[in-house]
Amino acid sequence: MNEFFIPRLGHTVWESVPRLGAATRLLLGGLGAVGNRHFSFRQWLREVYGLGVLSLALMIVAAFFTGMVLGFQGYYALVRFGATSALGTLIALSLLRELGPVLTALLFAGRAGSALTAEIGSMKATEQLAAMEMMAVNPLAWVVAPRLWGGIFAVPILCVIFDLVGIFGGYLVSVPVLGVDGGTFWGQMQSNVTLSGDILNGLLKALCFGLIVTWIAVWQGFSAKPTAEGVGAATTRSVVMASLAVLGLDFILTALLF
Amino acid sequence: MVEIRGLHFARGEHVVLDGIDLHVPRGAVIAVMGASGGGKTTLLNLVAGSLQGQRGQVLVAGKDTTSLSRAELYRLRQQMGMLFQHSALFTDLSAFENVAFPLRRHFRLPESLLQKLVLMKLEAVGLRGAAQLMPAELSGGMARRVALARAVIMDPLLILYDEPFTGLDPISVGIIASLIRRLNDALGASSIVVSHDVKETFAIADYGYILGGGKVIAEGSPDALRSSESPLAQQFLRGSPEGPVPFHYPAATTFAQDLGLQVNK
Amino acid sequence: MSQRAIDWWVGIFVLLGIAALAVLALRVGNLSGFAYGNGYVLHADFNNVGSLKDRSPVKLGGVTIGEVTHIGMNPQTFRAEVTMRIEPSIKLPIDTGASIYTQGLLGEQYVAIQPGGMPQNLKPGATITLTQGAVNIDQLIGQMVFDKASGSSSGTSTH
Repeated sequence: MNEFFIPRLGHTVWESVPRLGAATRLLLGGLGAVGNRHFSFRQWLREVYGLGVLSLALMIVAAFFTGMVLGFQGYYALVRFGATSALGTLIALSLLRELGPVLTALLFAGRAGSALTAEIGSMKATEQLAAMEMMAVNPLAWVVAPRLWGGIFAVPILCVIFDLVGIFGGYLVSVPVLGVDGGTFWGQMQSNVTLSGDILNGLLKALCFGLIVTWIAVWQGFSAKPTAEGVGAATTRSVVMASLAVLGLDFILTALLF
Repeated sequence: MVEIRGLHFARGEHVVLDGIDLHVPRGAVIAVMGASGGGKTTLLNLVAGSLQGQRGQVLVAGKDTTSLSRAELYRLRQQMGMLFQHSALFTDLSAFENVAFPLRRHFRLPESLLQKLVLMKLEAVGLRGAAQLMPAELSGGMARRVALARAVIMDPLLILYDEPFTGLDPISVGIIASLIRRLNDALGASSIVVSHDVKETFAIADYGYILGGGKVIAEGSPDALRSSESPLAQQFLRGSPEGPVPFHYPAATTFAQDLGLQVNK
Repeated sequence: MSQRAIDWWVGIFVLLGIAALAVLALRVGNLSGFAYGNGYVLHADFNNVGSLKDRSPVKLGGVTIGEVTHIGMNPQTFRAEVTMRIEPSIKLPIDTGASIYTQGLLGEQYVAIQPGGMPQNLKPGATITLTQGAVNIDQLIGQMVFDKASGSSSGTSTH
């Protein structure tokens, strides 16, 4: 570590303040641009398709495996206390409150967020955004708003599907494979999972994650250096930043909603 | 049509434009030439209002672009068209939809009328047959022509060209050059062509400016410029490696010092 | 991808989401209380309900036949009043008993029904009087330790 480390760190922090400001302006401008006459419902549908529907297969496979692993690991821990009847509850609560929203958001950042950054970055590099401005079409309304709202809309839906498939995967391991009683599995789950406390809590998390991942992805695309390397670097940064943001925000939300 | 007076623009410490005066009369094709990195593209962005100068005025159709609100600027831009260096076609839309884009965004036209307007412009650039192709399926020259059709779809009063000839084969360069002139005259518009292709640009321009060191170093009709006295202009027009623009980037040490050839005393 | 296909896919996507949420709410969460919605109501008084709560199962011979719908306090007797809904096909004799048990050591608590032998059945809204409340584990352990301590002090007083 050299003697310039601290001043350089200070400089980096100092520089990141206006960047955060610009990113916030992009977020608010983009969210607010739904009222703009260049906002298009069809573009929004396209983004829900691109971000949501195309991520569905990945989510289902990931959720299925996550649920099955939870079944095995939960059984391993609970069988020592003779409490395998709580396996259903354990799987459902883990997925609904934590793993569903977080894993959905992380996978979304990797699959859809990176694609968003690359797409917008290359639109910038090939002057498509500048051309749009020259044609008097606000990119906030035409490009940013449908993507932001698409992400905010798609992630909670992906999360619900993730939760359900995960619980089904957990059921397949717990009941037919490990021999936990099916009635106990569902009955315990039902009497310990609440709609508002657990299911909606998880969905609220998913909504926040959808917003922050899409925001970071769009921002990274917009602020990418308009070259091939610049777009590549921005894509990597987008996934790394979004993943860290999801985990950090998850801690805050969990503490708040606990 | 465009009136630039005493325009000054700097990026941080680096002065890009230092007191530019430029005049574009209605119906004229104006060439702006100069070495790469000489602030030509910056000048176009200033005219389009995407950048704002620190001092001076940019009047487009009588309006100062530096003092316009975003909405007013967008209204003004509906009367401008711009052809970008890399064509900047939307990669997810077909050639037809690219040209139709400004119309669809700004007006609600019946599909049949829209079709006619778009096909007219595509026919004007000779690409009516390629209407349904995607940008990835077009050659560089064809993409540039589609972008040109898109730039003029709104029948603009002012058309800006940012390096329209770069990266094209000689045939495409000739086609684009003649299109610039023909479209300008057909629409009764004014054009600013930013380029460093001396021959092609002079062939179609009514008047030219040569930028160097952030200033206008020479201006006049193409013939007048060719016989210009300015050594910088002569170096640029002839393409000679040595002249007022040095071949060597300034270095702090001498070549001999860098090679460790300094003589010990 | 035509716009129409996208419309379809997004529609399916949204429907999938709604369906998944409905299944989660009904099958996983406890909005599925309508299972015993047509059941009849029985009451039972306990001196201690332990950690019994709304929606805890009511079992007979290990089979769930109903659920707890309400737990209240009778201000006159100071006893806990548990209200349950029982599946209509299960008719219970009037000398039926109810106890609160725990599933395993750490499991949740439930109401166990011990059917009696009288020919008359409990009418809807009737109260079960033969009850045994939840076993308080703290008390049980305390008692065990006390018994052990008193036993060992009498037996090993040789030193």
